[in-house]
Amino acid sequence: MIKLDRVSKKFGTGVFGLSDVSFSIEKGEFVFLVGSTGAGKTTIFRLLIRDILPSEGSVVVNDWDVVTLPKNKIPLLRKKVGVVFQDLKLLLDRTIFENIALPLEVAGVKTEEALKTVEDILIQVGLTEHRDKFPIQLSGGELQRVAIARALVLSPELLLADEPTGNLDAATSWEIVKLLSDINKKGTTVVMATHNRDIVKSLGKRTIQIEKGKIVKDGKDKSSKIELDSEKTKSSLVEEKKEEEKKK
Amino acid sequence: MSFAKTAWKNIRRSPYQALAAILIMTLTFLVISFFTFLLVGSSKVITYFESKPQVTAFFKNEAKQADINTLENQLHATGKVASIKFVSKDEALKIYREQNKNDPLLLDLVTADVLPSSFEISTIQIEDMGAISNMLNKSSLVSDVIYQKDVVSTLSAWTSAIRKLGIGLIVLLSLVSIFIMATIISIKISQKKEDIEIMKLIGATNWYVRWPFLTEGILYGIIGAVAGWLMATAGLLYTTPFLESFLKGIPVLPASYVDLFILLGLELIFAVFLGFVSSFLAVLRYSK
Repeated sequence: MIKLDRVSKKFGTGVFGLSDVSFSIEKGEFVFLVGSTGAGKTTIFRLLIRDILPSEGSVVVNDWDVVTLPKNKIPLLRKKVGVVFQDLKLLLDRTIFENIALPLEVAGVKTEEALKTVEDILIQVGLTEHRDKFPIQLSGGELQRVAIARALVLSPELLLADEPTGNLDAATSWEIVKLLSDINKKGTTVVMATHNRDIVKSLGKRTIQIEKGKIVKDGKDKSSKIELDSEKTKSSLVEEKKEEEKKK
Repeated sequence: MSFAKTAWKNIRRSPYQALAAILIMTLTFLVISFFTFLLVGSSKVITYFESKPQVTAFFKNEAKQADINTLENQLHATGKVASIKFVSKDEALKIYREQNKNDPLLLDLVTADVLPSSFEISTIQIEDMGAISNMLNKSSLVSDVIYQKDVVSTLSAWTSAIRKLGIGLIVLLSLVSIFIMATIISIKISQKKEDIEIMKLIGATNWYVRWPFLTEGILYGIIGAVAGWLMATAGLLYTTPFLESFLKGIPVLPASYVDLFILLGLELIFAVFLGFVSSFLAVLRYSK
């Protein structure tokens, strides 16, 4: 699905964003990309959708050589890869519904078909009641789900989520992770960038750790796996959320 | 269709910019229509004069028919004359009556005796008119020679001046409207820069991003062309009665509706071109 081979990215300032990074991700995997801010997580995502080109090495996504991909094929690549951007990149002058429908509109899907697809996605991410609101009227967690919905609406085989829990409280973060996990179970390859240790540890999925542009660890982190669906976890999370609200 | 919808939304959200774009287009097409009317009209007037007998010689009252016939033969003998038409006093009166049928006072005053008989002579070549009119001037039968070469050449000079002025103005206004429109569309693109970036990251093609702006430019062009044409046409139709009496007998007006709609059609094609070119200029600068 994804294959990075000896990829380096040197930015204009001479700073290495990535140096000699190699890894591959198989179809259907759920992979965490961890590392502190500035480690190169977002750079990898930008390489994968060819927002930037690597200075060296090869990037393959979905059997497409991203580096040599002709310019007019870039939109095709981007339609095949759903991305939840760190800063969400929602259109502020469009409703939630219109934001989620945007990729369908861009792909030229017929209106009636698009309508149904968006309705389904809205139910999946639990935003049906907010469909006609604008992004500023929603909370952080809800916006995160809008971004995920938009990334999913073209049913991509690969979903990249860049810090989707970045500025959310613990309980909401778990909801998001659960959503991504559900999506993964349906067959979509998910790569999630995060620096939230708790989430990574408890899910026990493959974790690629990068620091200063280099891979320092690649493997499963099984220290304390939590079954997301278990009632116990859910109720403890709700307790946790309530306590946090009290503190405020 | 969604491009038109997006374009319409863009227009609605910044009405002053849209108004500026539409007004400059309207002005351009108003001037284009106005000069087209002027040029078509004056070329019709020239054709009219060119097709009319070019030299008119009025005979003295005492001129005898036999002498007139001799003169006619002499004129034919030069080989420069295409046709000679003799207009008798009675025919002259008929023409006079026809021209002034709406004015009974003028009709009452004039009888056939007052009006001179005349020759209406057209030459094979315009250059020969001088020689013919000289010949007529020398004849003792002739009281007066009217020589329409002056009219035609004056009119031609005016027409070519109008044409030059018109083309100059139209070129200038077209350029101004292209740059104003390009500037307005550029402003709109930079306002939407972030949205465009997002759409591209989601997989929008360059053309998907460009079309709403191109549609918007074309729409401004079309609205401006229709408005400019409507104004000019309304003005023409309103002044037609006045102009008709001014151009007494010269068949220029009324303008045919078919011609007016052909003009509208041509203007619309030009408007689409202007709109497309100007928005394309703007789009090209930003889609890098």
